[in-house]
Amino acid sequence: MLLIHCPYCQEERPELEFRNAGEAHIERPKDIAGISDEEFKTFFFLRTNPKGVAYERWRHIHGCARFFNAVRDTVSDQFVTTYRAGEPRVEVERGEDGKLKLKGAAQ
Amino acid sequence: MSGANRIKGKGRLTPAKTLRFTFDRKVLTAVEGDTLASALLANGIHLTGRSFKYHRPRGMLSAGSEEPNALLDVGRDAARRTPNIRATVQEVYDGLQAKSQNRWPSLAFDVGGINNLASPFFAAGFYYKTFMWPKAAWKKLYEPIIRAAAGLGVAPSERDPDHYANHFIHCDVLVIGGGAAGLTAALAAAHAGAEVIVCDEQAETGGAFHHDTDATVDGVSGWDWAQAATAELRAMDNVKVLTRTTAFGYQAQNHVVLVERVTEHLANPDASLPRERLWQVRARQVIIATGAIERHMVFANNDRPGIMLASAARTYLNHYGVAVGSKVGVYTACDSAWSAAFDLKQAGVSVPAIVDVRTDPDPALVARASELGIEVLSGQAVLDTSGKLRIKSMKVGKASAGSTRDIAVDALIMSSGWTPSVHMYSQSRGKVVWDEEGQRFLPGHHVQACASVGACSGVDDLADAMDGAAKAGHEAAKAAGVETGPVWTAPDADTATLWTGSMMGSAAGAGPETTVKAFVDFQNDVTAKDIRLAVREGMHSIEHVKRFTTNGMATDQGKTSNIHGLAIAAEMLGKPLPQVGLTTFRSPFTPVTFGAIVTHSRGDLFEPIRRTPMHDWEEAHGAVFEDVGQWKRAWYYPRPGEDMHQAVNRECRTVRESAGMFDASTLGKIEVVGPDAARFLNLMYTNGWDKLEPGRCKYGIMLREDGFIYDDGVVGRLAEDRFHVTTTTGGAPRVMHHMEDYLQTEFPDLKVWLTSTTEQWAVIAVQGPKAREIIAPLVEGIDLSTEAMPHMSLREGTICGVPTRLFRMSFTGEAGYEVNVPADYGDAVWKALWARAEPLGACAYGTETMHVLRAEKGYIIVGQDTDGTVTPDDAGLNWAVAKKKPDFVGIRGLRRPDLIGGGRKQLVGLTTKDPNIVLEEGAQIVADPNQSVPMTMIGHVTSSYWSENCGRSIAMGVVIDGRALKGRTLYVPMPERTIEVEVTDTVFIDKEGVRLNG
Amino acid sequence: MADIAHPTRLESLAGRAIGATGVMLTPAPAAHRVVLRADPREAEALSKALGLELPAAPKTSARTDTGRLIAWLGPDEWLIIDENGDPAADLAKAAALHSAVDISHRNTAILVTGKGARATVQGGCPQNLSERAFPVGSASRTVLGKIEVVILRTGAEEFRVECWRSFADYAFGVLSEAAKDCLA
Repeated sequence: MLLIHCPYCQEERPELEFRNAGEAHIERPKDIAGISDEEFKTFFFLRTNPKGVAYERWRHIHGCARFFNAVRDTVSDQFVTTYRAGEPRVEVERGEDGKLKLKGAAQ
Repeated sequence: MSGANRIKGKGRLTPAKTLRFTFDRKVLTAVEGDTLASALLANGIHLTGRSFKYHRPRGMLSAGSEEPNALLDVGRDAARRTPNIRATVQEVYDGLQAKSQNRWPSLAFDVGGINNLASPFFAAGFYYKTFMWPKAAWKKLYEPIIRAAAGLGVAPSERDPDHYANHFIHCDVLVIGGGAAGLTAALAAAHAGAEVIVCDEQAETGGAFHHDTDATVDGVSGWDWAQAATAELRAMDNVKVLTRTTAFGYQAQNHVVLVERVTEHLANPDASLPRERLWQVRARQVIIATGAIERHMVFANNDRPGIMLASAARTYLNHYGVAVGSKVGVYTACDSAWSAAFDLKQAGVSVPAIVDVRTDPDPALVARASELGIEVLSGQAVLDTSGKLRIKSMKVGKASAGSTRDIAVDALIMSSGWTPSVHMYSQSRGKVVWDEEGQRFLPGHHVQACASVGACSGVDDLADAMDGAAKAGHEAAKAAGVETGPVWTAPDADTATLWTGSMMGSAAGAGPETTVKAFVDFQNDVTAKDIRLAVREGMHSIEHVKRFTTNGMATDQGKTSNIHGLAIAAEMLGKPLPQVGLTTFRSPFTPVTFGAIVTHSRGDLFEPIRRTPMHDWEEAHGAVFEDVGQWKRAWYYPRPGEDMHQAVNRECRTVRESAGMFDASTLGKIEVVGPDAARFLNLMYTNGWDKLEPGRCKYGIMLREDGFIYDDGVVGRLAEDRFHVTTTTGGAPRVMHHMEDYLQTEFPDLKVWLTSTTEQWAVIAVQGPKAREIIAPLVEGIDLSTEAMPHMSLREGTICGVPTRLFRMSFTGEAGYEVNVPADYGDAVWKALWARAEPLGACAYGTETMHVLRAEKGYIIVGQDTDGTVTPDDAGLNWAVAKKKPDFVGIRGLRRPDLIGGGRKQLVGLTTKDPNIVLEEGAQIVADPNQSVPMTMIGHVTSSYWSENCGRSIAMGVVIDGRALKGRTLYVPMPERTIEVEVTDTVFIDKEGVRLNG
Repeated sequence: MADIAHPTRLESLAGRAIGATGVMLTPAPAAHRVVLRADPREAEALSKALGLELPAAPKTSARTDTGRLIAWLGPDEWLIIDENGDPAADLAKAAALHSAVDISHRNTAILVTGKGARATVQGGCPQNLSERAFPVGSASRTVLGKIEVVILRTGAEEFRVECWRSFADYAFGVLSEAAKDCLA
């Protein structure tokens, strides 16, 4: 069972309190009614499913109930960081030890 | 007497405390503190079972959890018996019943032993090859026979009467292993002020001191020090010492799962005690102190009862006071067997010879052997053994042919060196590294917040191990954030001998040139030959070798076999061993019972069982319940002599003729509050909500972004800024999640909040021509006249003196109400309504009648008439989709080309030509019954019932372009006949809807 | 109608209580409960109306001597429990924008008290409820076995476990099961 840092509760909580909510940073088009089929396909159906750095949405559903964003390494299963919904994408890079870290952060 | 082989004055048990147990129905005596293995050995019994594949006689190999052979069926009664218990870890209690397994008719004479003679057919991979032909024989012939013969032990058929406890527990430092290193680390961490848990799988701490009596710590024997250290730890408030507790799973982020055997060693356990405890530990830091496991020698017929690990023989002698034989041979590549031989000899056991494969064993050991009068045969090998049910002799000779000599023995102890127990480290996702000097795999970089200390990390010297453990314990406390004082230093420690010597793979006489049975993996009956065969057959990866041979795949996880198997494969491949690599260790470290895994999640606590406030009344009035998700819902209320069909027919008729009462409390409810509430609902539902006046309600459809129906329900407006939303019973949590998702992440600027009120309200539907007559006298503050309160309206007032949100609405097609009252009042209000309803000829009805009545009106049920690929238009609900709204969830999805073109399945009514035939839900529909198979299916039945009110069967279904097919005849082919149906409208009763306004 | 004018409440755990060695499980008395949702910037005005400061920090709660208790559930969500006065009536007087929804009957609570109280709750709750991580006054929505609960620590050896009424049987069952082994 993972521990997940909730950016609203400001501490790590057991995974059982959380629910994954798919890929992060996919914004619903403001004029969704007017977008093309191609744009709708990209928005609704296509997901990146990367090996390595994954941007995910999680919800602390059995805690503060907030949705938030997370960066996770799908290879090691480890969370790199979590941040509040609406905040810009957090950039990460792989350190020499192979672990993901915040871009520019010391090892 | 507690066994002829008990040596007076040896061991740590108290001879006076005797216990009686049975083995294969024979009554035997043990001493308190005995394991089954030590007690059997004390009684001269080595033979405890038959091997898995060849049914070869087997006995104890070890004295610990690595045991592959001595698996017994152990219990106190028929319900409390567990198969495959390792005799070497099961403590004896008075009255314990043990039985050998995998033998018939008896352990000494086993028919299955024929497999041993037929063994050429049972080589590695034989399943994959032998049973391929003829193909048809697999299912009927081979599989049933293999299934019957396979498997070890028999699961109990009675319900487990015991209970099991779960504990989530958090600590600063978890120490896995209570040997010298683990205890030292625990003491250092505890003295630093950390909250410490230390666990050990054995009944007592002390680890290797169980067998090693040469070591001293702090001036006393290692064992005595360990017991004193344990007592010191137990006395500390910040320490929990858990014995009989196995750490079996090392999960992410230092989540380590332990199982504690609480009553398995007690004759009359207190019924309040759990049989086992599952400790789900979350530790800031973990210290792995799991020690090392001795390996056997791989030589011809090395599996006879009486052949065992040297450290095991030493444990039986020094801890249990049991001699494993009277003439004990020694075969070794490591010094540890010499120590065991010396102890045995000094205890008065004959040790005819030490056979050491090394040409130049330590001169000090040789001198000691000569002092004790033990013959040393260095540079030689045990080439074979004899003895049917127990070893009788060993054949000793030089590896390179020449003369051989048979030496009579009744036990043979062996050691090919020690394997650091890296299981926990490996489970923590650490990668092992090869230690060339020590010829072993060791922990490398620790991926999680953990450290390995002592023998499992390759530290052989006791003093070094304890020093390192003390430092690690202190560091762990510090890393856990504890304000530490000075480092607690480990006491002085001394081992008499530092053991050296290691051998991996097959010994002389069991090499590639031979066809002998030299066992690598005892539990799965894998021989050196099998591993070579696997490589020859093209398995070049150790993972493939493992799966082809099943080496290391038994419940002992290859604790003794993995390294040997790897070495043999490496030799065959001509590669250095580290390049071949080790397979991954996975949890559980040792087998775990289902009881310990599920703990309280069984019986009534397997899943929450949700009951409505009126449940007791319903039960008392004969309701039959159906499960709807976790809810128990009244299904129908049979009267004496009625079957379900008759009850439902009566209920259906009664509702339309007079009235019925229905418990609708399980419907999901969400209170939507805020100035932007209507704007939010505009986005969530296909309909528009701006114009809905307070006091009115309407039916809404919710889509997913792809345009398919997600949920539906009636939404009432209580005030400008307050809505009472209802959802389907099953949809309640996901609709809330869906709405919160949009509100929080897509429309965060809307001033609106959602609160689940599903369980705030008990909901009593009163439906039928007499509905108003039933409720009217009980309602205050609401004008119930149709003019004042028409269909689809909502009022707040009181009923029976308690607050109500009264909906005038209908899911039956009759005039009716849904009475919402605060849940704790549901029972009383229901009873008050019933007191009015019953004399008026009304009935209570259940979900089945509700389903029939709504189908008679063509009302859909989301999830029954829709399946996640149905649009509002498909369901005939286009009227509920606002045409002018600029946005709502699903607006774009609805315009996808594949949703607006023709050829979609549309919801239609279906009536069978023979009105007495009720279609099967899910049955497929075809246009031409005479076409060849496979037929082109153009739709399927989604709802189908006998309608007493219509006097015939009715059905709904989805059919491609179905609305254009009205009046057409279609066909439902069933196994015994093809049923003709006519496509109709979906409304079967009161098409004009006059009854709603009655 | 007089005889049914004041129907009695039937609470989901009516009559249930157990005492195991080291712990007591008692259904909490009926109480007013309100879920308050509001922008935290409105906290001051709402606190004034409630006569009690809305807690602003995660996992905390506030209470008055008269038994009104407010638990922080999320950044814009509070659970208010009061066995005496109705918080909804107080909030109705506040001008600040908010949502107050009465859930008095949605929730029910089990009081877990005694030396083994913490171990009992930890039998089903994976959160760290130690004094250090979850001191007296802490409150958190979390899970107990397979259901969602709100756990409040009202004393060193006192916990209040709030759950929805239909889950109360399950919660009571899990806690009873855990209570058997709470001194382990």
